[in-house]
Amino acid sequence: MSKETVVARHPLDELFRADRFPHILCPGCGIGAAMHCLAQAMTESGIPLDRHVCVSGIGCSSRVPGYLNVDSYHTTHGRSIPFATGLALVRPDLEVTVFAGDGDLFAIGGNHFIHAARRNVDLNVICINNFNYGMTGGQAGPTTPFGAKATTAPFGNWERPFNLPYLASAVGAVFVARWTTLHVRQLKEAVRSVMKKKGFAFIEVLSPCPTGFGRPNGIGDGLEEMELYRERCVVDHKASLPDMDIDLRDKKRPIVLGNFLNLDRPHYQPGKIPQETSHG
Amino acid sequence: MENKPAGDRGVPGARRPLNLSQARIPRGAVHVLPQRCKGCNFCIEFCPKEVLAPSKDMNAKGYHYPVVAEGKGEACIRCQFCDLVCPELAIYTEEVF
Repeated sequence: MSKETVVARHPLDELFRADRFPHILCPGCGIGAAMHCLAQAMTESGIPLDRHVCVSGIGCSSRVPGYLNVDSYHTTHGRSIPFATGLALVRPDLEVTVFAGDGDLFAIGGNHFIHAARRNVDLNVICINNFNYGMTGGQAGPTTPFGAKATTAPFGNWERPFNLPYLASAVGAVFVARWTTLHVRQLKEAVRSVMKKKGFAFIEVLSPCPTGFGRPNGIGDGLEEMELYRERCVVDHKASLPDMDIDLRDKKRPIVLGNFLNLDRPHYQPGKIPQETSHG
Repeated sequence: MENKPAGDRGVPGARRPLNLSQARIPRGAVHVLPQRCKGCNFCIEFCPKEVLAPSKDMNAKGYHYPVVAEGKGEACIRCQFCDLVCPELAIYTEEVF
């Protein structure tokens, strides 16, 4: 009969600034799990750690590069992609990953996102979607589902939210995926595959936010939101992107996950005009 | 019984793989960092073999960290799901030979 062993270090600790642990994220928050997947994917990518760079903006999820023991850049609100674009163009040998939240990437930094995707800059964009502005106190944002309650929408959100995979594919991303923090293996594999891919790759990660989103919407804690993902998520890699809206009110409506799009298009290299055009 | 390969559980009509005698299910040992745990219970809830349970003791912040449940000492198959899903890097498994 073997019991658990109490230890002082985790094998992945060398990838983190472990002296900064425990991190600021609430109990039941999924951002830590996504951060763990990113770190695991970095070690498995085969790219030396000194060539990885992680860039973020402002928000709960944007704290993550501060905990990673790779070169990291905590930039101004919504401007993670412009900083990352500069890095990727000046140092094409680096593997640049943008790890930011839904509000940072799609509200404040919305224009940067669409134009970096249009240019097909060689970036890996991981977007933590927790359906609200978590750090500032649970305000409604561009991904808050229709009808969901938030601090600034006490009677329910009146606005239609973004369908992020559809948006990303429409503006020119070459890789589009959606996973949750429960689907850690698939998420890790997706992150690992985009690290090998040239061009603008986008992964949306649905994450529980028990403090900002769960509490006003009758979802008890992070575990209950993870259970909700377990019950309602359906993996369909060939699903139709326009029908991928998330509506948590309709309990029969599945949340569609998968690696939806994987195209080969020449990525952005200023001064180089590709002679052969390949349309995906 | 629980850790036998699927073809060897006496299920009627189940096909027996030819290399069944060589198949070996890995066995894992659970390692915990109690002071990092924030008690989200992800590892306990989503362990496919239900190896883990909340501890009776609390850590310094008052959370019940995961421990190996009563009678589950040999049940871990080292799928490493608890490791990957832990937001705090407070648990991992190592293979036992």
